[in-house]
Amino acid sequence: MTALLELKHVAKKYNTGTMALSDVNFSVSKGEFVSIIGPSGAGKSTLIRCINRLIDASGGEVRLDGVNVLNLNKRALQQTRVKIGMIFQHYNLVERLSVIDNVLHGRLGYKNVITGSLGIYTSDEKKQAIEILHSLGLEEQVYKRCDQLSGGQKQRVGIARALIQEPKLLLCDEPIASLDPNASKVIMDHLRSICSRLGITVLVNLHQVDVAMKYSDTIIGMRKGSVVYNGSAQGMKAETIFDIYGSEASDLGIEIGVTHAS
Amino acid sequence: MQASYFLKKRLSTALFIIILLAITAGAVILTGFDFMAGFASIPKAAEWGITQFYPTAESLDKLPDILDKLLETIMLSIASTTIAGGAAVILAVLGSKTMQVHVIFSVICRGIASVFRNIDVSAWSLILLFSFGQHVLTGFFALFFVSFGFLTRAFTETIDEVSSHAVEALKAAGAGYFTIVFRSVIPSAIPRKLSWVLFMMETNIRSATLVGILTGTGIGFSFDLYYKSFNYHAASLVVICIVATILAIEFVSNTIRRMIL
Repeated sequence: MTALLELKHVAKKYNTGTMALSDVNFSVSKGEFVSIIGPSGAGKSTLIRCINRLIDASGGEVRLDGVNVLNLNKRALQQTRVKIGMIFQHYNLVERLSVIDNVLHGRLGYKNVITGSLGIYTSDEKKQAIEILHSLGLEEQVYKRCDQLSGGQKQRVGIARALIQEPKLLLCDEPIASLDPNASKVIMDHLRSICSRLGITVLVNLHQVDVAMKYSDTIIGMRKGSVVYNGSAQGMKAETIFDIYGSEASDLGIEIGVTHAS
Repeated sequence: MQASYFLKKRLSTALFIIILLAITAGAVILTGFDFMAGFASIPKAAEWGITQFYPTAESLDKLPDILDKLLETIMLSIASTTIAGGAAVILAVLGSKTMQVHVIFSVICRGIASVFRNIDVSAWSLILLFSFGQHVLTGFFALFFVSFGFLTRAFTETIDEVSSHAVEALKAAGAGYFTIVFRSVIPSAIPRKLSWVLFMMETNIRSATLVGILTGTGIGFSFDLYYKSFNYHAASLVVICIVATILAIEFVSNTIRRMIL
């Protein structure tokens, strides 16, 4: 399998002096579903943002399709970001606008200054937006304002906005941290099927170890800015949990050996 | 440990009140302000107001004149506020943390806004009087500058509060600067911005009266004129008109605010 994404010696030091990431190395193959787990403050969000440079890493290499993202100029960076979809814990929608408006925002990376500023979309793009919303079960909500939706529905709008970019890679920053168990399952099932059916590589930050083990091909465990585990979900052992969280798996109520979904 | 924590909290509250009282007392002594005489003069003032300061049938003849000037003042306030609002959006976007082009640039934008805001509208009127003389433009620019400064500050905070999440999403999708401004920053913050503009309009109609007295234009000038020529009946009519206008504007803007928020 070819590596879509490769991180080499990635480091991030904040101006405050905190070392958020130190010497992070891993690679992600095309079509893989990877979860990053670890305690709060382990650097998961920083790591995911270093990939599309919402945060600039202070050292190392982030290679997407062999190109080092960290060396790109502004224009090339925008073109690379178009290929990377992102979904967020707080959905990051323009709440006042309708669902379809928010989904079409995913196309803005393809626009020039004028068509982008005026929000001019082709009829194909609009059709595609409707199709994606259908596939996510939001056909009833297309013209509703986003502030009228539930959390789970908002997150599905977030997924639709990322999918309409036609990305190669989907970055998900704690996508289910603000959702109830039912909505969480719906979102994770959608992410898994995006990976299996559309062949889009998915990289997810998670707090729920059981969810990570159930859905992922590969799990990356982080602690204090370093990768302490990188392997299959089945390969996770009680010691691995201890290395990542500093507590016994049994104390955290985590069962080892739950198998892969999908 | 626990006892000393609460004791400390109580002591610091007591200290704060003592300092406040000391400052008040100091100010009273320094200015020679007499509380008793101050309160005693209130009934007298009320008596004068009731016997002298009311409109008569005769003063109603002046009403068309007054309304004319009032309209001019309202229009002046609206024009200065809306234009200031437009200008403030640009500076606020550049000055906001969410959309800043560079930190230094952002600090400069905030600095400019701060200077305009912190010079009072009466000070601006007097300064601009030298350049424009007794002209309606003097009042316009005085109100414009203060509104511009205030609205820039308000918009900057609104943008940082409301838009930052959606801006992050559009950045991640590869959208350019102007696209992000027009598709995310402005749409997400617009109801709050309009609300601030309405608030500023109300404030400006109030200030416009004062500015008018200073610059010799609009409703402020009418009041000044009648008052100084001892035509208290007409002057009181001016005051009533101003109060009625402000209440009406407040009602209208509250209605609009309810509709947009």
